Amino acid sequence: MENLAGIFINSVFAGNILLAYFLGMCSFVAISKNIETAAGLGFAVIFVLTVTAPVNWLIFQFLLAPGALAWAGLPNVDLSFLKFITFIAVIAAMVQAIEMIIDRFSASLYAGLGVFLPLIAVNCAILGVSLFMVERNYDFMETVVYGFGAGVGWFMAIVAMAAIRIKLRYADSPRGLEGYGLTMIVTGLMAMAFMMFSGMAG
Amino acid sequence: MKLQRTKAFQTLARPIWGDNPINIQMLGICSALAVTVQLNTAVVMALSMTFVISFSNLIVSLLRKIIPRNIRIIVELSIISSLVILTDEFLKAYYYDISKQLSVFVGLIITNCIVLGRAESFALSNPPHLALMDGVGNGMGYGAVLVAVAFFRELLGFGTLFGFQIIPDGFYAAGYKDAGFMLLAPAAFILIGLFVWLQKYLSGKS
Repeated sequence: MENLAGIFINSVFAGNILLAYFLGMCSFVAISKNIETAAGLGFAVIFVLTVTAPVNWLIFQFLLAPGALAWAGLPNVDLSFLKFITFIAVIAAMVQAIEMIIDRFSASLYAGLGVFLPLIAVNCAILGVSLFMVERNYDFMETVVYGFGAGVGWFMAIVAMAAIRIKLRYADSPRGLEGYGLTMIVTGLMAMAFMMFSGMAG
Repeated sequence: MKLQRTKAFQTLARPIWGDNPINIQMLGICSALAVTVQLNTAVVMALSMTFVISFSNLIVSLLRKIIPRNIRIIVELSIISSLVILTDEFLKAYYYDISKQLSVFVGLIITNCIVLGRAESFALSNPPHLALMDGVGNGMGYGAVLVAVAFFRELLGFGTLFGFQIIPDGFYAAGYKDAGFMLLAPAAFILIGLFVWLQKYLSGKS
């Protein structure tokens, strides 16, 4: 349990997928102009990450990893080089499926998240989490917790950024720096603040 | 007709400065920053990226008339992923140490918005030779920013360039210290912010 809590806290704060590993920057910069859309996208990311990371884990462990096909009588086959194309296909398919399920069962949720879901398929954070989970050899529960934690971390970062950008509209920033340049510098300052949590995961 | 006036040359040159994918179009920052602690990883990453984007542009452009519109994203993603797999296997075979350092970031070229963005907005509507030029140009524009960031981070963070010591020993003896901050994530964000500022300032003047 302690290990799982550690992974969760680390993925939310010190190992924040956005602020420490720079993943999901594109949509972070583009969508963080107001809090509601930022929160909508953030929720969608949490949701998709929590679903796709475990699914990719299962596929990797039982189909792609070296020796994973032993159950099919092929112990010497190593398909791990196929992981990029498989993961991205799984993510695109999952996103599409989630979109259809939400559309069918919850109109209000669809109205909130629907527009963001297609964007998420090409969000680096989603693929990044799946690749990190392979590289760090997480087991199944750790993957679930890591996927969820990474999503929460991304959510917090984008909502905080949207709030800061609203305040920044009234600031008198130097010409040329306003907009994108300033966003990057503010992100840098936020990343510093999040690093201060690094002792917590211990 | 002078070389600089040809369409091919302009397609190549525009993304390197005036329409730089990172500084102006704000694309592809995701994987850009994590590999810029050292110059050699940044250079390898820039080359891999240039390779992937040039060929994905070329292939998408060659196939542009036969790709059905409603499944084009999946087709583009499979082309890109195949190229990324090639790059990753090549790096693992010949440059194992660097491939270890780049870890997941070579794989993340797949979701790099520049590659998909150029395939969507340029390669699908332009002939192959222009698409190839656009790919090379965008790869180089991306690489230029990466190398510039890595230059400052490695020089100020380790006192080295490509692993060779640049700051003389005398400086350290006199009390100079490497700025460890440069090696951390926030420094990369702030450096990019400053580059954007510099480029906007310079291009605003002319």
